[in-house]
Amino acid sequence: MPHKTFFWFIFPSLAAMFLFIALPIVSVAFQSLYIEHEQVLIEVENCGPFGCETETVVDNEATAAIRQAEPLGRFNGLGTYFDRGHLATAEISEAWSTRESFSGFLSEVMNLPFYRALAFTLTYTFVCTPILILLGLAVALGVNGLPKAFKGPTIFVSLLPMIITPLIGSLILFWMIDAEGIFGKTLQVIFDDPELSLKASPALTWITLIVYGIWSSTPFAFVVFYAGLQTVPEDTLEAAMVDGASRWERIRYVVIPHLMPLVVFITLIQLMDNFRVFEPIIGFSAQANASSLSSIIFDDLRGDIARFNSAAATSMLTIIGVAILLTPVLIRTWRDFNRKRA
Amino acid sequence: MNFFKTTAATTAIVLMGSTAYADCGIASGNVNILGNEFGAIQALVAGAKECASGTVTVESNLTTEHRDIQVAALTANPAQYTSAIVANSSIVPLLNEGLIRPLDDLIAKHGAGIKDTQKITIDGKVMAIAFMANAQHLYVRQDILDAAGVDVPTSYEEVIAAGQAIKDAGLMEHPFAMNSKTGWNLGEEFVNMYTGTGGEFFKPGTAEPSINNENGVLALNTLKALADLSNPDFLTFDSNATGAIWEAGDLAIAQLWGSRASGILDDEGSTDEITSNTVLAAAPTVGGGDTPASTLWWDGFTIAANISDEDAEATFIAMVNGIRPEVVSANNDQAVWLADGFTPGPAAKGVFATASAGARPYPMIPFMGLMHTALGAELSDFLQGNESAEQALADVEAAYTAAAKEQGFLQ
Repeated sequence: MPHKTFFWFIFPSLAAMFLFIALPIVSVAFQSLYIEHEQVLIEVENCGPFGCETETVVDNEATAAIRQAEPLGRFNGLGTYFDRGHLATAEISEAWSTRESFSGFLSEVMNLPFYRALAFTLTYTFVCTPILILLGLAVALGVNGLPKAFKGPTIFVSLLPMIITPLIGSLILFWMIDAEGIFGKTLQVIFDDPELSLKASPALTWITLIVYGIWSSTPFAFVVFYAGLQTVPEDTLEAAMVDGASRWERIRYVVIPHLMPLVVFITLIQLMDNFRVFEPIIGFSAQANASSLSSIIFDDLRGDIARFNSAAATSMLTIIGVAILLTPVLIRTWRDFNRKRA
Repeated sequence: MNFFKTTAATTAIVLMGSTAYADCGIASGNVNILGNEFGAIQALVAGAKECASGTVTVESNLTTEHRDIQVAALTANPAQYTSAIVANSSIVPLLNEGLIRPLDDLIAKHGAGIKDTQKITIDGKVMAIAFMANAQHLYVRQDILDAAGVDVPTSYEEVIAAGQAIKDAGLMEHPFAMNSKTGWNLGEEFVNMYTGTGGEFFKPGTAEPSINNENGVLALNTLKALADLSNPDFLTFDSNATGAIWEAGDLAIAQLWGSRASGILDDEGSTDEITSNTVLAAAPTVGGGDTPASTLWWDGFTIAANISDEDAEATFIAMVNGIRPEVVSANNDQAVWLADGFTPGPAAKGVFATASAGARPYPMIPFMGLMHTALGAELSDFLQGNESAEQALADVEAAYTAAAKEQGFLQ
């Protein structure tokens, strides 16, 4: 394709990506460098149905004047990134210099919101991703071996967890695992413990969220692998059979190598998706025991006072986190690509 | 004019005439109301909508998410909504940004029926008209208390003792509940308890936090003792959850919102045995103090700043029409109305008892929202027994300080 034609071919996509991806990221990055102006506070008498009190209010006119002069706010550089709500460098070095034991230091770090969220986010990502890939492959192989008449309905049923909106799916499961719900009650009977509650302890909450994550994302891996299985060369499989390879050996030495590029693809997508874990935390009301970078952003933007700058800094840190996670996979893909070309 | 047009016009006039049409005295204008969604506000808005006419449009958006959209919606010029229905806490961001207008002129012209206690006056200017009050207070099951041989508690120490007695008597495993869901609800429970101890959230005249003290520790330890009497899922309990558990008969004592009383006392969702034994009492005191450990809340309406004077006047008249005595008396049990026409019923008893026992209002301070958020996020570790009360309070102060610096309240 001539360069000019190629340019016009991809120009619409490029323009859309610039407008809807690059520009917003630049704007968010810009916002994360600023904080609100100093508020001009005055004390006044406030009265209402319950009597009068002297209370502080913001002097609107004075504050508006400052804002007019500098609409972006005060420049804070990377200050927001290093404050307690984010990387908390000062708190960490303080904890390190006053540490009595390493576990004491660790528990102080885990007391900081960003690291607490990161601990859950990474655990969730690295437990969910491999399990759902294995499970997806197993389901795909199973469905592929089914008689034709059963394939359609089985595929449909297997895809259901992905079709359900994540928030709704997690809410329904939240009610089912309630102490009065079908799962919660069954578990209490099985373990003979009337106090057992999946919502009460951090460990059980984490397990619940991870099981939910695997349940909801496995269909994605399944459907990709299933499509891939349709392209496995029949000749190679038959040759392997002639050589006396068992079903397991055929899968291990023919099917899996053939599906390897898809494994890389699913890993990439799922690392990104799982790192942004959000809906189950809200759906399972799990904020007491688990938070993620996305749920921190959500909390910043809700409530009476929206903290845009803090949310912007956390968003940038999320992007950096995703980039770090994906780098090894991308480097590997790039090497493979070069090897094939050479 | 042809036949069809005439018919259509006639039909329209007939239809308009058939709806409850009241002449509110608005010449023309647009009214658009943003507010929370519950019975009392729906009644108010229905009352305001009676003012709609050929020249006056009255629209509304009632949603529980109203707090998250109000600032953006009223910042636009002209504002998306002409009136925002707010409470003590949600009026603050509107005041901070100067998005609502003083109502003194409008009250002088159209607000003859508004009582002085309804006027939310800030620095001498009326910024909102309150129409209902709310507070968290005790709900108790008289039959369970009788079976355990305890009286209706008046202090949290008695609540804990009564809960323990009910537990020991084998009547209930988890006799107590409050709205302790991590986040806003949990923050509110601490605010209530700490207010009951007489503590101040900030050093006087500054935005510096001052909760890491004896009062804070007392408030937290009381909350912990209460949590130990609650279901282990207590960090997921919001108003809907606690209301449902109460109606299921699995609670003996609970600290719940007054606005839930009519729903709990009505004949839906529960049995007669439970509703007839449900007694509403004032919020208890704590640590030997004499003010109830609860905060008083009002709900009121404001008028946006970024709209034309004509729309502001139309909105004010329509809103006043929504809280006229007929509307209030027709919806008597929906709320503890502050406006004329209200006869306190059984559902209002708890809020009245709490207010008359001298509970303090929720502080209307610009940076209180940040404190509330920090409390809601940082206290669950302590209640789960993972850290000390002092550490939890230090965490709250640190989280608040970081947020307040970013918002320009602290240097």
